[in-house]
Amino acid sequence: MEFIDYYKILGVNTNASEGDIKKAYRRLARKHHPDLNPKDDSAKKKFQQINEANEVLSDPEKRKKYDKYGKDWMHADEYEKAGRQRQQHGGFNENRSGSQSSSEHDFSDFFESMFGGQTFGRSEAKYRGQDFNAQLNLELNDVYTTHKQTITVNGKNIRLTIPAGVENGQTIKISGHGSPGMNGGPNGDLYITFSIANHTKFKRDGNNLFTDAELDIYTAVLGGQIVVETFDGKVKLSVKPETQNGTKVKLKGKGFPVYKKEGEFGDLYITYQIKIPTQLTEKEKELFTQLLKLRKHEN
Amino acid sequence: MHHKIEMSFIHSLNESGLIQITTVERTQYISREQLSDLEKMIRLHYELDINIEGIESIAHLLQRVENLHEELTVLKNRLKLYENE
Repeated sequence: MEFIDYYKILGVNTNASEGDIKKAYRRLARKHHPDLNPKDDSAKKKFQQINEANEVLSDPEKRKKYDKYGKDWMHADEYEKAGRQRQQHGGFNENRSGSQSSSEHDFSDFFESMFGGQTFGRSEAKYRGQDFNAQLNLELNDVYTTHKQTITVNGKNIRLTIPAGVENGQTIKISGHGSPGMNGGPNGDLYITFSIANHTKFKRDGNNLFTDAELDIYTAVLGGQIVVETFDGKVKLSVKPETQNGTKVKLKGKGFPVYKKEGEFGDLYITYQIKIPTQLTEKEKELFTQLLKLRKHEN
Repeated sequence: MHHKIEMSFIHSLNESGLIQITTVERTQYISREQLSDLEKMIRLHYELDINIEGIESIAHLLQRVENLHEELTVLKNRLKLYENE
């Protein structure tokens, strides 16, 4: 545990007035407030530090104690004891009623060591609970349809509806499922980030899916019908004569569901990979040679 | 409403289009979906002394940040498609 320089955190001198401290706190709070820096853990941490510094420096009693014993915080209790022995009234006049655990406020160990587990602030200020962040690992198949899933966050079971079409890396907010608020303040929110693994033969780009389909040389040249796999089953596809290798075809509405737009789907793009026959028989070779001659003759 | 805030603040937010108040049989309601945004605006106003105009600008900018974040997620996923090839 290290000494925390609250003056340095607020960027003020040790002789700063209450007004200077208030001004510095406001300036920094506006910069690092979690509502203004969503999904930024470093800003959240910084905001907690600023709050803690303000909590101490804006309270004349706490500031006095901090200025007196701050650097010698490890011995503050001994000083306090000695002080009490010298006087009837103790030097530390903190109100320790309504103690709260440090984890609820995210106070530093240094703060807890100096000021103990006391109520946050002098007033009955309301504080919003902390936000929770969680990651949910799913497979691509899982998010093809809207489904419900129960997850456990901080020992609490939460039943979620996971909408079809949710994107890998997308974060959704579950309001009020974060840490409980203080003094009647609102609960924090729960942010769930989806990590979606794809072990299918389809590549996903937003709502569109991409896949390859093998095409034999004869169907590619002469045209015909093939059966291709889509995400939700097989479909018959007509292949145009003289289809080239790498040709892309689009199957409208056969892609991935559009997030929160029920019944809407992206498209499926199929790229034909023409397969050249191997282990030709003598007869086949002869016929291909004939074809070659024919083509040369025509050109 | 458990936030003990002035109704004039809520009305100002309504007038600037930041929230929508629905009146049903002379009782005014705010939809559940808007509560989280409303709480955020309350915090901005009461904790940071930001006025309605400031909250309006912040709301627009946060929406832009959110859109850019979504775009970034899509682009990252698209990049992954090419990296895995």
